[in-house]
Amino acid sequence: MPDSISALFKSLAPAVDFCSLRVVDETSEQITVRQDVLQPLTTTVDRGAMVTVIHRGGYGYAATSDLSAAGLKDAIARARRWAETGAGRSVVDYSKIALPRPSGSYRTPVGARRPDAVPRKELIELLMRESQSCRIDERIVDWYATLGRIASTQLYVTADGAEVRQEFSYLMPGLAVTAHDGNDTQTRSFGGQNNGTCRQGGMEILDQTGFIGAGRRVAGEALELLLAPNCPSGRMDVLLMPEQMMLQIHESIGHPLELDRILGDERNFAGTSFVTLDMFGSYRYGSELLNVTFDPTRDNEYATYRWDDDGQPAERAYIIRDGILERPLGGTISQARAGGIAGVANSRACSWNRPPIDRMANLNIEPGTSSLDDMVRSVERGVLMDTNVSWSIDDSRNKFQFGCERGRLIENGELKGVVKNPNYRGISASFWRSLKAVGNASTMDVMGTPFCGKGEPSQVIRVGHASPACLFADVDVFGGEA
Amino acid sequence: MQQYFHELAAFLDGSIKGSEQYKCWLQAEASDFVRFNKSAIRQPGHVRQVNLALDLIDGARHAGSMLTLSGDLTADKALLERNVADLRAQLPDLPEDPYLLVATEVNSTEHIVPSALPPTEQMVDEILGIAGGVDLVGFLASGPVWRGFANSYGQRNWHEVSSFNLDFSLYLARDKAVKTSYAGFVWDSAQFRAKFEDAKRQLALLGRDPVSLTPGNYRAYLTPAAVGELVSMFNWNGFSEKSLRTKQSALRRLRDDGVTLNPMITLCENTAEGLAPAFQAEGFLRPPRIALLEQGRLAGSIVNPRTAREYGIPANGGDADEQASTFDLAAGTLEQDRILAELGTGVFISNLWYLNYSDRANCRITGMTRFASFWVEDGAIKAPLNVMRFDDSLFRVFGDKLLGLTREREMLVDGDTYMNRGTNSALLPGALVRDFTFVL
Repeated sequence: MPDSISALFKSLAPAVDFCSLRVVDETSEQITVRQDVLQPLTTTVDRGAMVTVIHRGGYGYAATSDLSAAGLKDAIARARRWAETGAGRSVVDYSKIALPRPSGSYRTPVGARRPDAVPRKELIELLMRESQSCRIDERIVDWYATLGRIASTQLYVTADGAEVRQEFSYLMPGLAVTAHDGNDTQTRSFGGQNNGTCRQGGMEILDQTGFIGAGRRVAGEALELLLAPNCPSGRMDVLLMPEQMMLQIHESIGHPLELDRILGDERNFAGTSFVTLDMFGSYRYGSELLNVTFDPTRDNEYATYRWDDDGQPAERAYIIRDGILERPLGGTISQARAGGIAGVANSRACSWNRPPIDRMANLNIEPGTSSLDDMVRSVERGVLMDTNVSWSIDDSRNKFQFGCERGRLIENGELKGVVKNPNYRGISASFWRSLKAVGNASTMDVMGTPFCGKGEPSQVIRVGHASPACLFADVDVFGGEA
Repeated sequence: MQQYFHELAAFLDGSIKGSEQYKCWLQAEASDFVRFNKSAIRQPGHVRQVNLALDLIDGARHAGSMLTLSGDLTADKALLERNVADLRAQLPDLPEDPYLLVATEVNSTEHIVPSALPPTEQMVDEILGIAGGVDLVGFLASGPVWRGFANSYGQRNWHEVSSFNLDFSLYLARDKAVKTSYAGFVWDSAQFRAKFEDAKRQLALLGRDPVSLTPGNYRAYLTPAAVGELVSMFNWNGFSEKSLRTKQSALRRLRDDGVTLNPMITLCENTAEGLAPAFQAEGFLRPPRIALLEQGRLAGSIVNPRTAREYGIPANGGDADEQASTFDLAAGTLEQDRILAELGTGVFISNLWYLNYSDRANCRITGMTRFASFWVEDGAIKAPLNVMRFDDSLFRVFGDKLLGLTREREMLVDGDTYMNRGTNSALLPGALVRDFTFVL
């Protein structure tokens, strides 16, 4: 990123109510070894800027990859023209919204080795070893080991002097093994087949998550699934492990509480919400065991930052406390549009070429008091489910159906055999009220996803979900076809 | 933009050394994006982006980059010069790629649809002008999209289209809405007004008291948009040759176990009549038509160059993910204007939403109804439907449960704007089915 861009922007900024520049400079690489063959290697260097103008009540943006004076000048003029086009015809008078004027810097804490400093050859060899350890049986028909690394620098500047610089380091290890026999194919993964193991930090993440040596274990579990019976059907208890809880939180707490959905922005695309503004402060979202926090300050989680993309300082906040809904996931602009309701710093854009909208960042369930053994012992008949593989939910974020890679029966307080194709369905508004135990800190894991989609134009953004294992009563469970 | 791209390619021609080769793929656009909510502007703006994927090849070794370019030739040449040097330095550390297949036969093409678009502000004025008094929420994308391929063998491919896509919904209350879209290359105010008024007429039907169905099996009519959601699931590795070979495709049983669909199902990748470029990112041309399902039987697959090299079979223009970009499902004999009578009593499904596999080995899919779906009795719409979850196998829905397809088909333009504006499309009929399974 050119050091001079902040000064250049300020020298070009027009006389308008508000003008900001957001620059993103990101280098990323996804190294994948599939069936012991290195896949085509691509290093991505993405660099560009978005100018935002608020003028006469209108809002406009213009994004460009031309960071020269001519490029910025053109972007400023285009953003201004769009703001003027929207003046008097926008969903809100943007000029009346007090946007923050932040100052400072942030850098992801990294252990002994920064991912972007590790030689590519070393990473390829590491992944090759994991890949080679996967093929433990002729029934293994496909397998891969992958590692993504991203170094991202983001600069936020306002024409009147605010300036924030944030540098992030991300690491995403992943691995999956597919086994086939007869009419069945089963895939087992490390952290999910969509990079559920993703964190900020350095190479220490590989040790923290147990990635090294995971290949053989995952391959064994894929073969185990081939021999397993289908998950039984019926109403029973479900014990969800963190690799599934992350999805349950994401779809049926995170999205319905995004304030822009509640305000109707997403109704044409991602959908609306069963939650309405009058529910905040009083609505019982879940049992009294449910405590949900928005926490962009947790160092190693995937969507950690110190300021959002509208410059609002990031702070930890309770979203649901003792089961009662407290506040929505809405940034500065949405809060103003909703009559000044208290929200969080979650106005975020996936990159320089998309405008900020309300996203969930790190959304976590706080640990409870039950050990995993306690929870298993309390179940007469149920299924433990681990690692999301299928997800679907209605446009109000209510009726859902989720599937997992692997299940284990629980009978009379004991874990029993493995079952395949475990699925369950329910309704968000009642499901969380059936939460009957929350695991303690020993059952916690820090997960996330690089692929949360939303918005028009559409955006794929990084989010984090830390959760303990959780036990739910009387859930509609079913398996695959015979 | 084409001239700029050709000058970049000429620069790369002069940058490689010895036995090196290169290929590059350009994706660029200059898009106006306007977001609406409650018949007002939410977020308007402009995005100008130029991305170049470059692969430097030496023998069986290759290294790639994806760069955001500024569009300024001098600055971008300097960036490419540094990048070629970086890639060259990587090559000795990389193993040989046994599945590298390079397009060495030169097949240059050009497809240009010059812009006939009015200023986007004019479209916005018309949209806001007509939307007073209703709750319109939606999104307008407009402007040129460019795709280009070049390699050191001299191949040059260019695809340039200026288009617009207005995707919008009219809301009555809560989740009761009519969704429609107006897309094309020439903005016709009369056509837009007709689309809008048609949606507004449908909106009136949503004012009736909605019904909730008990889970179970129902006769159902799926509009082309709903059929499109089902067919799009085949793009989750369904026709991918690599996925079929590694037993992960949801359509595996069509190839391995003798499973067949209804003989009414004939599906192809119809590049000739679609909106996507006729070349893929590695310079291989897509054939005008690839038969995928013929009268219910698996007839082909999408094969990218890596898969072709790995299994010793011909490539057919597949991209890295081996997805179809232009599905074409053959028409049937049902007449669209008699569809309510054909349905009789059952569910009219306008849109489906959020599909996913619930049992991939058996091609079983779950998803939701969305927007204007109705309960129909004796050929007449009775009430809007509260959203329902379905869970059924496409082996059955497009198999013995399929009663008929409509004679009329709709061209659905993909409005995808993740990363960049998409170029996919689909030509699809509506479908009448029996015993469509709702579960929640």
